[in-house]
Amino acid sequence: MGKFQLFPVQASTLAPEVDHLLYFLLAVSVFFTLLIFGAIFFFAIKYRRRSEGELPHVQHTGYTLEIVWSVIPFGLTMVMFTWGASIFFNASKPPNDAIQIYAVGKQWMWKLEHMEGQREINELHIPVGRPVRVTMASEDVIHSFFVPAFRTKQDVVPGRYSTTWFTPTKTGKYHLFCAEYCGTRHSGMIGWVYVMEPADYQNWLSGGAAEGSLADNGKKLFESLACNNCHKEDNTGRCPNLVNLFGKQVQLAGGGTVKADEAYIRESILQPQAKIVAGFEPVMPTFTGLVSEDQVLQLVEYVKSLGPKPAAGAIDTGTSSQGRPGAPPAIPAKR
Amino acid sequence: MADHSLTNHAQTESLALRVQFDTAAQQKDASQLGMWIFLITEIMFFGGMFAAYTVYRNWYPEVFAIASSSLNAVLGAINTGVLLLSSFTMVMAVRAGQLGQQKMIIIFLILTLLFGGVFLGVKAIEWKEKFDEHHIPGQAAFHLEGLKDYDQGHAQLFFSLYFAMTGLHALHMVIGVGIILTLIMQAKKGIYSADYYTPVDVAGLYWHFVDVIWIFLFPLLYLIDRHLGK
Amino acid sequence: MITEAAVEREHYLNASYGLKSWLLTKDHKRIGLLYLATITLFFFIGGAFATLIRVELLTPQGDLVSSQTYNKLFTMHGVAMIFFFLIPSIPAVLGNFFLPIMIGARDLAFPKLNLLSWYLLVIGGAFSLFAMIAGGVDTGWTFYTPYSTSYSNSWVISTALGIFVAGFSSILTGLNFIVTVHRMRAPGMTWFRMPLFVWANYATSLIQVLGTPVLAVTIVLLFVERVFHLGIFDPARGGDPVLFQHLFWFYSHPAVYIMILPSMGVVSEIISTFSRKSVFGYGFVAFSSVAIAVLGFLVWGHHLFVSGQSLYAGMVFSFLSYFVAIPSAIKVFNWTATLYKGSIVFQTPMLYAFGFIGLFTVGGLTGLFLAALGMDIHVTDTYFVIAHFHYIMVGGALMGYLGGMHFWWPKMTGRMYPEGWAKLSALVIFLGFNLTFFPQFILGYLGMPRRYHAYPEEFQVLNVLSTAGASVLAVGYLIPMIYFIWSLRYGKIAPANPWGATGLEWRTSSPPPVHNFEETPIVSHDAYDYSTVMGEEIEVG
Repeated sequence: MGKFQLFPVQASTLAPEVDHLLYFLLAVSVFFTLLIFGAIFFFAIKYRRRSEGELPHVQHTGYTLEIVWSVIPFGLTMVMFTWGASIFFNASKPPNDAIQIYAVGKQWMWKLEHMEGQREINELHIPVGRPVRVTMASEDVIHSFFVPAFRTKQDVVPGRYSTTWFTPTKTGKYHLFCAEYCGTRHSGMIGWVYVMEPADYQNWLSGGAAEGSLADNGKKLFESLACNNCHKEDNTGRCPNLVNLFGKQVQLAGGGTVKADEAYIRESILQPQAKIVAGFEPVMPTFTGLVSEDQVLQLVEYVKSLGPKPAAGAIDTGTSSQGRPGAPPAIPAKR
Repeated sequence: MADHSLTNHAQTESLALRVQFDTAAQQKDASQLGMWIFLITEIMFFGGMFAAYTVYRNWYPEVFAIASSSLNAVLGAINTGVLLLSSFTMVMAVRAGQLGQQKMIIIFLILTLLFGGVFLGVKAIEWKEKFDEHHIPGQAAFHLEGLKDYDQGHAQLFFSLYFAMTGLHALHMVIGVGIILTLIMQAKKGIYSADYYTPVDVAGLYWHFVDVIWIFLFPLLYLIDRHLGK
Repeated sequence: MITEAAVEREHYLNASYGLKSWLLTKDHKRIGLLYLATITLFFFIGGAFATLIRVELLTPQGDLVSSQTYNKLFTMHGVAMIFFFLIPSIPAVLGNFFLPIMIGARDLAFPKLNLLSWYLLVIGGAFSLFAMIAGGVDTGWTFYTPYSTSYSNSWVISTALGIFVAGFSSILTGLNFIVTVHRMRAPGMTWFRMPLFVWANYATSLIQVLGTPVLAVTIVLLFVERVFHLGIFDPARGGDPVLFQHLFWFYSHPAVYIMILPSMGVVSEIISTFSRKSVFGYGFVAFSSVAIAVLGFLVWGHHLFVSGQSLYAGMVFSFLSYFVAIPSAIKVFNWTATLYKGSIVFQTPMLYAFGFIGLFTVGGLTGLFLAALGMDIHVTDTYFVIAHFHYIMVGGALMGYLGGMHFWWPKMTGRMYPEGWAKLSALVIFLGFNLTFFPQFILGYLGMPRRYHAYPEEFQVLNVLSTAGASVLAVGYLIPMIYFIWSLRYGKIAPANPWGATGLEWRTSSPPPVHNFEETPIVSHDAYDYSTVMGEEIEVG
């Protein structure tokens, strides 16, 4: 038997906040449980039937009492609501200086990629003390990115990008789970998050970066797919120049604008006909089925690297908090 | 009229009165309330699809406009007329029931049946057209003219909803036709009178409901944004 | 003299014999017993799956069954228990049997429809059983798309069809109850003289009638997507898998109240009877049932806090979810207040009622954890949720069902169950239940995700405790099964009103005659006016 635990480790800035709410909820619950149990025991013993013929007095409804025991619990639940909602609200926006990680969930593994190009499967190395933002896509069904030590969880829905973030506060090795049932080996879709001292993290980064950074890989892919034949950097190509594009508003043919964010770039790769930039012909073929979700992420990262230079991860991707999928979807690997 | 039927109830209380009821009026009330509640469940049933329609139309308005204009509005309009007529004949059948005119009950029920049949026939023609035009979602050959490749998937959503909604509506029509057939056979036995025509009455409620669903389906699927699509 | 009368007298059980007299019966009491047999079968099927699940989870490695099999086990456990046991349990068995009697009616408004409802449940059950035998289904009882539409290779269609058909059983039962309550009450039985069990079933019927059709259409859309490749929820075509979740939970959250509300009604009857006192705050308890039914429709989104619905939708759903807590709290407080200065006896039904209040309190309070957004992110889809809803559905709904079965068993069968054994089993069930499910709260907060075939080693101790509890619980459930059957033959003959209760069902003989009453009762008192019953007893004595 492994080490026995009763309480999970606190390893993120969010964890103590959630735990404090837990203590409050526990206190309220214990109080009411004891109150009800105690009252039942006490009344049941004290007022047990002593003779067959006894007939208790009829009690009329006490309106004061009813109001008291409706209003007090209501007040308490409103405290719970406000507390819970404020934690949720504050945790909804990742800070601008977050380290960007890309994750792809597929049956039944997590593929994680760093900006510097390190790729990991079912393992994630991150430095302690820095916010980390994970942008996630799914190649097949719904998955959910869950790190109990960080108290975070986010469903990864196919066809859109989902985002979660956390700031680790303690070095160590923590469970990464898939929390949304995803098929046969759902319980095998697990991994480890390694939180390291920043120096160790730098070492780790330089140790494993044989494949070049994410943007570099994106650039190679960009060239091998011959994207650069049309997307030229001197505005002479048949397709829009991608330099200094990212994060700007783009004029569309047929009116309207769209922000060139991650979701839009992804859409333009997979469904190029969807939103044509004003002044261009719809000549680009779709790359649905030709590139995988992680290759799309590399291409997106390459376009990002062409500037303008943002603070890493500063661009709002239309996070998971938007009801409508950021990018109309395409599922390459469908059975 | 109301007085007339009330006194009749009092006189012939034993007529077709089931054991759990005390009076014929109670029995009739119960049947009608039962049907109204059933119709509420039907609203919730179709409501789920209307919800899906609302979401997707809001997401893909242009595609829905173009896909909508590919439907045959003339046939849709004809069917609307046919269905309204059938509702009228259904009302007349109920009226004949109130008056105790057994022959007229049968005649109007047969007319209703005919109109219902016409509706289903026209519907079948429409669906056949869709098959011929490759507007069947989920098929590799699916293609809707006037749309880019990218939007074909969204058009499939429209047609998925179109077939699901009109299909389930047609299924309700088929059930309605079955009910009316049963009523005709019963009516031929002469069991309905001014005192007891509840089955006709209640079937009428159902038939009108199916009619009303179509009154919502027709503009939502065929007409809205048609001018944008063309 | 009593025994003689019971042997001679004609009642609904001996009025006619033979299989046909049961399979074609229109008597709501017999149909209630048909339901009893059906759902008991499904309870033991679902229980067998649960046993296998718990045994598998004894060790961290997935060593008893393959992961594929494990996924099928928890799916079929959920399907059998929810759709074919809990949802029909109290309404279709006890409600069917007693709702008409309690309002002084000869039968439900539509007896044929009632029989049809039972057949629909049987047909639906047959489809699902077929799926289970043919190879099982592995989508989870929630059938989330796109897994259920495009990826699962199991018997999704047959199972979904079974649930669809059984849904109509539930709809028609609800419809029947509503019409019966509106149109079939005996003279003098005003709305505010109705027993709280009737109120609870009425509120439940509202949910069945309004919610179940949405599940039905969701299943139809799932069906056409899987079979004909219409793509309503298909992300590859711009469809939204989360829309499926919205539609699914629009029914399936209120469905929790389909399971718990009738139980609350049973508890109201029992608490009142065995403390010989009118339920404190009758009107509040009655209306809180309706309030739960209505509010229950506004909170489905709290199942989707981490699914990617908008931040603000999450906040609204969290806010509304807390509103449901209030009518539930009102009930618990009123039951407790009913005991105050009562005349309390500890018969088995009362023990179950106490068990219900205790376990429901814990289940309800932990629901407050899940409704808090910041907390839910951590505990949703973990064993915390499993523990919470088992406290509500097993600790609540099932305890109420068993309490009701003991309470009304003498009336249904004309025989008393053995009191000693019954008290023992109530105790065993209560202890076994807590041992099974309390550790799961801790497991969930530790982060053990639900639906895991294998799990990290550090979760083992708590899982072993849970499995140990499950074996105690299984014994607890088997004991009543045995002594109920035993009592049919050897139980003491039950008098008309063994508990000194006030309901109309106790004014007629045990078991009741075919049309429930020798003559239509006329009601002149409130639901829980014990002075009337006491007077009678003195007359008899």
